[in-house]
Amino acid sequence: MEMSLLEKVSESCWQIPAHGTMRVPVIIYGSEKIIQQMDQKVAEQASNVASLPGIVKASYVMPDAHWGYGFPIGGVAAFDPDQDGVISAGGVGFDISCGVRTLLTGLQEKDIEPIKNKLADLLFKEIPAGVGSHGKIHLDKNEMDKMLVGGAKWAIEQGYGKEEDLQRIEEGGCMPGADPQAVSNLAKERQAKEMGTLGSGNHYAEVQVVGKIFDEAIAKLLSIHEGDIVVSIHCGSRGLGHQIGTDYLKEMVLCAQKLKIELPERELACAPIQSDLGKRYLGAMRAGINCALANRQILTHLIRKVFSYFFPNISMPLLYDVSHNTCKVEEHSINGGSKKLFVHRKGATRAFGPGHPEIPKDLKEAGQPVLIGGSMGTHSYILVGTTQSERLAFSSAVHGAGRAMSRSKALKEWKGKEIIKSLEAKGILIRAVSERGVAEEAPLAYKDVSDVVEAAHKAKLAKLIARLDPLICIKG
Amino acid sequence: MNIDKQPITSYRWETFSHMADIGIRGFGNSPEEALIAVSLALISVITDPQKVSPTSSVSITCQDDSYDLLLYDWLNSLIFKMATENMLFSAFEVELRLPFLRGMAWGETIDREKHKPAVEVKGATFTELFFGQNGNQWIAQCVVDV
Repeated sequence: MEMSLLEKVSESCWQIPAHGTMRVPVIIYGSEKIIQQMDQKVAEQASNVASLPGIVKASYVMPDAHWGYGFPIGGVAAFDPDQDGVISAGGVGFDISCGVRTLLTGLQEKDIEPIKNKLADLLFKEIPAGVGSHGKIHLDKNEMDKMLVGGAKWAIEQGYGKEEDLQRIEEGGCMPGADPQAVSNLAKERQAKEMGTLGSGNHYAEVQVVGKIFDEAIAKLLSIHEGDIVVSIHCGSRGLGHQIGTDYLKEMVLCAQKLKIELPERELACAPIQSDLGKRYLGAMRAGINCALANRQILTHLIRKVFSYFFPNISMPLLYDVSHNTCKVEEHSINGGSKKLFVHRKGATRAFGPGHPEIPKDLKEAGQPVLIGGSMGTHSYILVGTTQSERLAFSSAVHGAGRAMSRSKALKEWKGKEIIKSLEAKGILIRAVSERGVAEEAPLAYKDVSDVVEAAHKAKLAKLIARLDPLICIKG
Repeated sequence: MNIDKQPITSYRWETFSHMADIGIRGFGNSPEEALIAVSLALISVITDPQKVSPTSSVSITCQDDSYDLLLYDWLNSLIFKMATENMLFSAFEVELRLPFLRGMAWGETIDREKHKPAVEVKGATFTELFFGQNGNQWIAQCVVDV
């Protein structure tokens, strides 16, 4: 990104003052190095977001941001329904509520070392992953609607998990306000055989070891210690979410034309929150969130089953589950008061600070866990929300490394087989459907996640607690 | 409608860079040819279309007032069919008379050993969406979310 366009606010914060059609400034978080690495399109897209009706305070850019469609990925923006605020399908994205959850195992690296290969093979066998994979759960229309309303709660009622899991999922595992009637039959049809599937691309299930603790006291509150084995799942709402994105993106483009909402790019397609279309999209998008929560819950069940084959008495409690790619109604401080806003986080994580009422009781002192996924061979991180994050970016933080290289360039640079071999030499087992897919997802095709996390920590968007190192990665 | 007899290699398509996702582009002497070419580009994101045998077919009908939106609908219909019928495609036939687009796609059930599918396409987007003429050449393109 061209730094001369930016005004430096602090070592970790830069801004593009409002100009032209922008209603608010763009605020970009990150070190100078990180921001220099961002593509110019991020500034352009964030400025476009800043021009949407009803936007409040600023259009925010997280340190992991990169060029998306409409909103940058790593973009955060809140809209006021009382100021003609809008909701944007492009501001949520196709992979609604794609997110990360991490499970504790109570195991140490030495416990899995003797069975590591077998564990990798069985996880790969039991977790439906990649293009063309189908789960064993097929939902009829009635059950589909129940799942869309119930989310992870529905999955647990079906036997896929434990009641206590719900305490460790945003919204208690069930997003209120979901409207299955607002979800097209096409979307439901697309999801019918995809429950409990991982998907492809950057989605994964990963066995990790806690490599380093940065804050002992908070780590203890989260029940994590150096050397512990954890399992992380990164995936989303699968075909249902993708189809909701497809359906509503088009409808919103046409609606914006009709309402004469000026869109700098068509992907910024949006509808007033208070409109029929806005309300329908919200109902569908919330159903998409529930689908993602149910999907991650079923995958959790499959992973627990695999682990219990090797370790019969294992319990594997859920540390936490966070979503990216959402629009959520939240109370935020504006001009000394409190206001209900519609916060879009596209490729960004919610990061409520300590004491926030939506944090589970036993984690309240710590702050909301923020789970940052790595890229196959790289570290992942656990952070927690900060008190400052509310003021900085409506309590939002980064979601991952963010791509640094296009897929086509990655394919020219690497061969999947070589990546798998080199990672194996480092003790990281990869199980993947496609070698080409592995090459496209090469660790070096992403920004350095450690730099991104450090930037988020320094900007006080979230506080660094622990580093996770990969041992086994199941890729779609 | 008959299966298209032209070999895959006679069509001109390419993918283009987008940081998070991937762009697909097809060229042709007619809008129909550009549509078939961009459809092959779509498949090439997932697997080599030459690996896909055109043994069974699905039909697709779209209706829209503009070429751009017809392209958006056509690609999303193919993506939907691939997801729900568990198929990949390698041959196409299309008939375009605004506002109607009728087409057939021939392919086979995904065989993970044979096709080694690299990545799932979630949807066609409005990014770089264009379906029109550049001189005498027709171009159909957009970025697809993967």
